[in-house]
Amino acid sequence: MEAVNRFLKKVPTWTIYLIGTLPFAYLVFQTLTGSIGADPVRGIEWGLGLWALRLLLATLAVTPLRSLGLNLLRFRRQIGLVAFAYVCLHFTAWITIDMGLRWSQIIGDLYKRWYIVIGLSALVLLIPLAITSNNGFIKRMGAKNWNQLHKLAYVATILATIHFLLVGKITTREQYIYAAILVALIGWRIWKNGPRRLVFA
Amino acid sequence: MTFKTDLRWSDVTPQAMFMNRRQIMVAAGAAFVASPALAASQYSTADAPNTLEEISGYNNYYEFGTGKEDPAANAGSLVTSPWSVKVDGMVDKPGTYDLGDLISGMTVEERIYRFRCVEAWSMIIPWNGFQLSQLLDKLGVQPQAKYVAFETLVRPEEMPGQKAGILDWPYVEGLRLDEAMNPLTLLATGIYGKPLPNQNGAPIRLVTPWKYGFKGIKAIVRITLTDQMPKTTWSMLAANEYGFYANVNPEVDHPRWSQASERRIGAGLFAGRQDTLMFNGYGDQVASLYTGMDLKANY
Repeated sequence: MEAVNRFLKKVPTWTIYLIGTLPFAYLVFQTLTGSIGADPVRGIEWGLGLWALRLLLATLAVTPLRSLGLNLLRFRRQIGLVAFAYVCLHFTAWITIDMGLRWSQIIGDLYKRWYIVIGLSALVLLIPLAITSNNGFIKRMGAKNWNQLHKLAYVATILATIHFLLVGKITTREQYIYAAILVALIGWRIWKNGPRRLVFA
Repeated sequence: MTFKTDLRWSDVTPQAMFMNRRQIMVAAGAAFVASPALAASQYSTADAPNTLEEISGYNNYYEFGTGKEDPAANAGSLVTSPWSVKVDGMVDKPGTYDLGDLISGMTVEERIYRFRCVEAWSMIIPWNGFQLSQLLDKLGVQPQAKYVAFETLVRPEEMPGQKAGILDWPYVEGLRLDEAMNPLTLLATGIYGKPLPNQNGAPIRLVTPWKYGFKGIKAIVRITLTDQMPKTTWSMLAANEYGFYANVNPEVDHPRWSQASERRIGAGLFAGRQDTLMFNGYGDQVASLYTGMDLKANY
């Protein structure tokens, strides 16, 4: 593990941005080759949303992994920003290729549909996190305030997971697995720090 | 020793049905001169049908898995011949029928119907089938019967989704008798003049084009005439989201999404949406069935 961590220290953080384009590139490839299935709109929208959720969960996995000896802390900001990019792409796909810019229906969905409201809330909560994900803002805000603000990542990831659970006619095993991962990542923190620490640290 | 045959019930499809699509299009284009036998059904839409790849590659059929591609991947192992259907309840000729016997004498025709899924996507499907009313007339519906109930096969060793407790198996559906007797209501045995692919509900399935797709119960093994409103699978799972009627209605939203518009499968990445039509555009044929009913309460 030491060797791995030593190697990771040499890896530039922008590597995450490069890796982060791969799922998008794969979706483009699937769309162009037709392997995405009979309904490319759903395939694209679903794929972008799923990667957004995976990356959000990955940011929450950094700290538990560190206690297991694997140090990915240097990359957490980049993982979070890539996650935010996928959230935005997913939202854009919904508005454009799925809803076809039917604004009245989109606006109706935004206040009538539960799972859409929940998903949009996750996006909105992530905006200040994305804006402040740079050293300048940490200095300006002070580490304590900055940390406090970035606790919103928990709320956003919980909302994103609920959004994913509610999206279909039924909840599938795949969806429950993601929910279980979320529960494990948050449960670990509660077990480690006690519930109060999680909220007010 | 029992008599075995390679013939399938789908072989009763009239030859006209086996014309390839191009010929059908030509025939449609020359409708004035085409012989009546080849003319499109008055109930068919003029919209271009989806491809067989789309129709048989994108399915909701949870007996074979919950993913849209799962049925195409997993339904191949289903054995659909021999096939028997139990007919019971308030009917003159109850019994367990071999499928071929059950549907002998039925007039199979092509019906190109709009298909609207409750998930707000749609297709155009060229079914081959016969009117359910024909079969019910043959079986003799007793006067006290008010509903028809249907049941899907339970065979977990060939239907892997049934090993998971996603829904209560068997899948069950039902219609009011007047809905069942409506000329739009089909029992389909084929698509594009070929036997129904397993993932589309082989060997025989229900088609009610003015209702959401989940009413179209697949792989039917039981038909029951009854005076009680039958239980239906999706309303048993979530009664607030899925009702008995399940008529396509752009004004009554699913609690979690709008039904005002739909995406046509195969229309392309940037085709956007189209307005969903009341009764999926079949109001002329079926609206009178629901006169005076509150369709918001009877969703």
